[in-house]
Amino acid sequence: MSLSPLRIEAVMEQLSRRRFLKISAATFGAGAVGSQIPVVSSLAMGSAPPAGKVETIATYCEMCFWKCGGIAHVRDGKLWKFEGNPLDPMSRGRLCPRGTAAVGTHYDPDRISKPLIRTGERGKEEFKAVTWDEALNYVADRMKKIAAEHGPESIALWKHGTGSRFFEHVMRAYGCINKGAPSFAQCRGPRDIGYLLTYGTGLGSPEPTDIANTKCLVLIGTHLGENMHNTQVQEFAQAIGNKATIIVVDPRYSVAASKAKYWLPIKPGTDMALVLAWMNVLVAEGLYDKEFVAKYGHGFDKFAAAIKDNTPEWAEGETGIPAATIRITAREMARTRPATLVHPGRRVNWYGDDAQRSRSTALLNALLGNWGRQGGLFLQAGMSVAGYGFPKFPEATKPKVDNPDGKWPFADEEVTTGLRQATISGKPYPIKGWVVYAANLLQTLPNEKETIEAISKLDLLVVVDTHPSEITGYADVVLPDTMFLERHDDLYVAWGRQGWAALRQPVVPPPGEQKPAWWMAKQLADRLGVGEYMPFKDMDEYLAKRCEKSGIDYAKFRKEGIVMGEKKPITVEEGATLEFETPSKKVEFWSDQLAKAGFDPVPKYTAPETPPAGYFRLVTGRAPVHTFSRTQTNLLLKDLMPENEVWVNAVTAAKAGLKSGQYVKLRNQDGVVTNRVKVKATQRIRPDTLYMVYGFGHTSKMLKSAYLKGASAAQLNTRYKVDPLMGGTSIHQNFVTFEKEA
Amino acid sequence: MPRFGMVIDTLKCVGCMDCVVACQTENDVPQGFCRDWIVTETRGEFPTLSLEIRSERCNHCDNPPCVTCCPTGASHVEDFGKTVQVTANACIGCKACISACPYGARFVHPKGYTDKCTFCLHRVKEGKDPACVSVCPTHCMVFGDLDDPKSAVSQLLNSRKHRTLLPEAGTKPRVFYLS
Repeated sequence: MSLSPLRIEAVMEQLSRRRFLKISAATFGAGAVGSQIPVVSSLAMGSAPPAGKVETIATYCEMCFWKCGGIAHVRDGKLWKFEGNPLDPMSRGRLCPRGTAAVGTHYDPDRISKPLIRTGERGKEEFKAVTWDEALNYVADRMKKIAAEHGPESIALWKHGTGSRFFEHVMRAYGCINKGAPSFAQCRGPRDIGYLLTYGTGLGSPEPTDIANTKCLVLIGTHLGENMHNTQVQEFAQAIGNKATIIVVDPRYSVAASKAKYWLPIKPGTDMALVLAWMNVLVAEGLYDKEFVAKYGHGFDKFAAAIKDNTPEWAEGETGIPAATIRITAREMARTRPATLVHPGRRVNWYGDDAQRSRSTALLNALLGNWGRQGGLFLQAGMSVAGYGFPKFPEATKPKVDNPDGKWPFADEEVTTGLRQATISGKPYPIKGWVVYAANLLQTLPNEKETIEAISKLDLLVVVDTHPSEITGYADVVLPDTMFLERHDDLYVAWGRQGWAALRQPVVPPPGEQKPAWWMAKQLADRLGVGEYMPFKDMDEYLAKRCEKSGIDYAKFRKEGIVMGEKKPITVEEGATLEFETPSKKVEFWSDQLAKAGFDPVPKYTAPETPPAGYFRLVTGRAPVHTFSRTQTNLLLKDLMPENEVWVNAVTAAKAGLKSGQYVKLRNQDGVVTNRVKVKATQRIRPDTLYMVYGFGHTSKMLKSAYLKGASAAQLNTRYKVDPLMGGTSIHQNFVTFEKEA
Repeated sequence: MPRFGMVIDTLKCVGCMDCVVACQTENDVPQGFCRDWIVTETRGEFPTLSLEIRSERCNHCDNPPCVTCCPTGASHVEDFGKTVQVTANACIGCKACISACPYGARFVHPKGYTDKCTFCLHRVKEGKDPACVSVCPTHCMVFGDLDDPKSAVSQLLNSRKHRTLLPEAGTKPRVFYLS
C-alpha cells in the first residue's frame, strides 16, 4: 500500500455552525420549514416552540422504501413534525433523518403542483399547466389509441414505491402486462436470486438479519450508518453495544468500518475472491458447521473440491488483503457461529456477476450454519390480510417483452433493461407507451443514452411523481402526486420477526393541486372502461373493507397505525424447523439447476479489469440524509447535504494536484463528463478508487434548488455488465479521471 | 433540583444527523440554522485510521461564560435543571455571548435574539427526552440528572471512559462523550 508522505494527521471535517450559516445566508428568506407559524411568543424562554392545538395521526413513511411507522404531528392545522411510532417494529419509535425530515418534503416549493402537458421538444422541460380532466383525458385517449393500434400490451408501467399499486392494478385490468421495477435488476435482485438458488427463498425487504443478537457481523460493502435502513442501523448500534466482532470489507473507510475490529480495504471488484478464500479456510480447517451441512447440505463434497484452490494466499494476490488477515477473520467468524452473520447486502448490483457473488455470501452463511438461528438469518414471519376482492384480470394473450426466450433464466421479476431494449427494438412487438411511477429512469437505469433512445420510440410518456426529475423533462404528461403524508395508500403487509400491517392515511392536504395516485388510477380506470376494477368510492372504504374481512378493528388501526400478526417461532432456538424449497429440498452448495443452465454450479471468481493509467474505479453509495435522486430539494435535507463530493485518496489527490474543496469534473472511459463536483481529499479511501454518493448532479431545471449541484454517478455509468443469471446491471464498472476547471 | 446533562456514546454514533433534523422540526429552528451539529474527526493515514463522530450542541456549562458576559440577563441559568437559557424578549442581540462561547453553540435568530439548544426543556417538563435524544436511531445519547447517582447518565459516567470538549476553557461542560 502506498502511504501518505504526510505525518500522522488529524483531519477535522465538520458541518460547522459557520459553514451552516453561510449556506443559510443564501437560503434564508425562502421560508422556514418549521416556522410556518410565528416563532416567538411572549414567553420567558424564547427558544421553546410555540404551544398550539396539536393533533397526531399515525401513518407509515415513504421517504425511502423501508416503510417505517410514524406519527405525524399537526399543530394548528399545519404539519409540524413526524416522529417514529413506538408500536412499529421497523422504527421502534425512531425515524431516520429522512423520515424526520418528511416535513421538508411537504413544504418543498420545487414539488410539481399542477398537471402538466408538454409543449416543447422532449427533454426541454417545456410544459403548460392543465386541469386534471385535460391531463387524464389526454393520457386515456393516447392509451386507447396505442391499444387500438398495437394492443394494450404495448403500454408498459415503470414503478417504484407503494403508490404504484393501483396504477399497476388498473393497467393490468386494461391488459398492460409489461412492467419494470428498478428495485430488482438495479438493486436487490441479484442478492435475492443468489439466496433463492441456495436456500430456495429470496430475502426481500426488510432482510431477516438478526443483527441485534449477532456476535460477529460481517459487512461486505454494506455501509450501515450511511445507508440508513432504520431498523438495521438501530440493531447495528445494538451490536456495537453488545461488543460484537465487526468485520467490514470496503475499499472506503466507511462509518461502519470505523466501528469495526477488522477493516479490510479490499481492491474493488474482488469481493468474491475473499469470500471464496474465507470458505476455503472454514473447510480446510474443519471450522464450518458440520452438523448443519450434513443435515441440510446438498453437494458439499463437490463444493469443497471446487474451492480447494481458493486459498488465502491466492486471494491475497487478488484482493490486497493479507492471507493472515483472511485466516484470522475466518476463524473469528467460526468462533461465534451460528451467531455470526454475513450481511447479504441490499443494493448489490456492482460488477455484473452479482447473483453469483451473492450466492457466495449465501454459502458462507451456510457454512456458518446461521439459517434460522439467533444472531444469524431468522425465518421471516408474515401475517395475512384479506384482499378487497376484485374481478379477475383478462388473460394475457402475448408474452412479456422484458426477458425474451428466458435470456436471463433465473430472473423472477421483470428485467428493466430488457423492457428498455424491447422498446428500442420494437421486438417481439412494439412498446409505444410508458407510464412511469416515481422512478427517475435516467438516473436508475444504466447508460442514459439508451433510455433516451427508448423514449424516442414512444407515442406516450406519462410521469407520475411528487417532484420533477430528469425523466419528467421528457414526459408528454406529468401527473403531480401527493407526498405520503397527504394521501391514503394500500396497506403495507410486512414480513419480519413477527408479521404486521401498517396503515397510510392523510395527515394534511396537499399544498397545490396534487392528487393521490389511487385517485388518478381510479379516474383512468373509468376513462379506459375498466371502472369495475376500482369499485370502491375512496380508499377509506377500500381499507375498511379489507380490515373488516380480516377481523382487524379499523377504527383502532386508524388510531394506532400498526396491527401485529401472530407470533411464530422464527429460529431453531424458538422451536422452528428448517425447510428449503430448492430442487433438492436442501441448501445447495452445488447447484444442479445452475449447472444445467450452463452456469457455474459453485461460484467462480473472475478478476476485474484494471483501470488504464490515470483512471480510477468509481464506486458509489448512499448518504444518511438523502434517498436516491428524490430528496435533494427537501427543505431540511438540502442544507445538510446540498451536493455530493468525490472522495479521492489524499496521496492520489496530492499527485493530481487536487485539494479538498476544489471543484473538478469527472470524465469516464467513454468521454462522458459530469457536472463539477467538490473534491474530498481523504485518507479514508484506497488510492485506486473514487467514491461518490449517487443521486446528485440534477440536470432538471425544474428542481431549482438542486440543479447542477454535485455530479451524477448515474451519468458516468455508460459501461455496464448485465448479470447473465438474472439481468442485474452493474454500477461499478466505470473508470474515471479528473478534468480540472479552467 | 436536578442538574441536567447529556452523555453521548461516540462508539455508537454514526453521524446520520437525525438529531439535527429532529431539533429543527421540534423547535421550529429557521431553515438554514441548527442548534446541534455533527463533527467528524479522522485520524491516521490509510489504512490505519480512526474516526470519531460527535453530535455537538450547547454544553449547558456549570460555569457558562455566555451568562456572565450577558449585559441584560437574557442569558441565564434556569432554575429547572440548572440549564443555560435565553429569554428572547430580554435579548438585545449584542452577540457578546456568541463571542464568549468557546463551542460556537449560539447564533442570532432572524428575529433578532440569540438562539441555541435548550435541552428541549419544554419536552423535559413533560417527562420526555430532548428531541435529539429521543430520535436517535443508534440510542447513542442519554439525558438525565447528573446529580442523581442512580440516573443513567451518572451510571454511564461512572462506568465508561469519557471526556468533555475544551475542558481547558474552564467552562465545566455538561455534555460528555464516551469513547
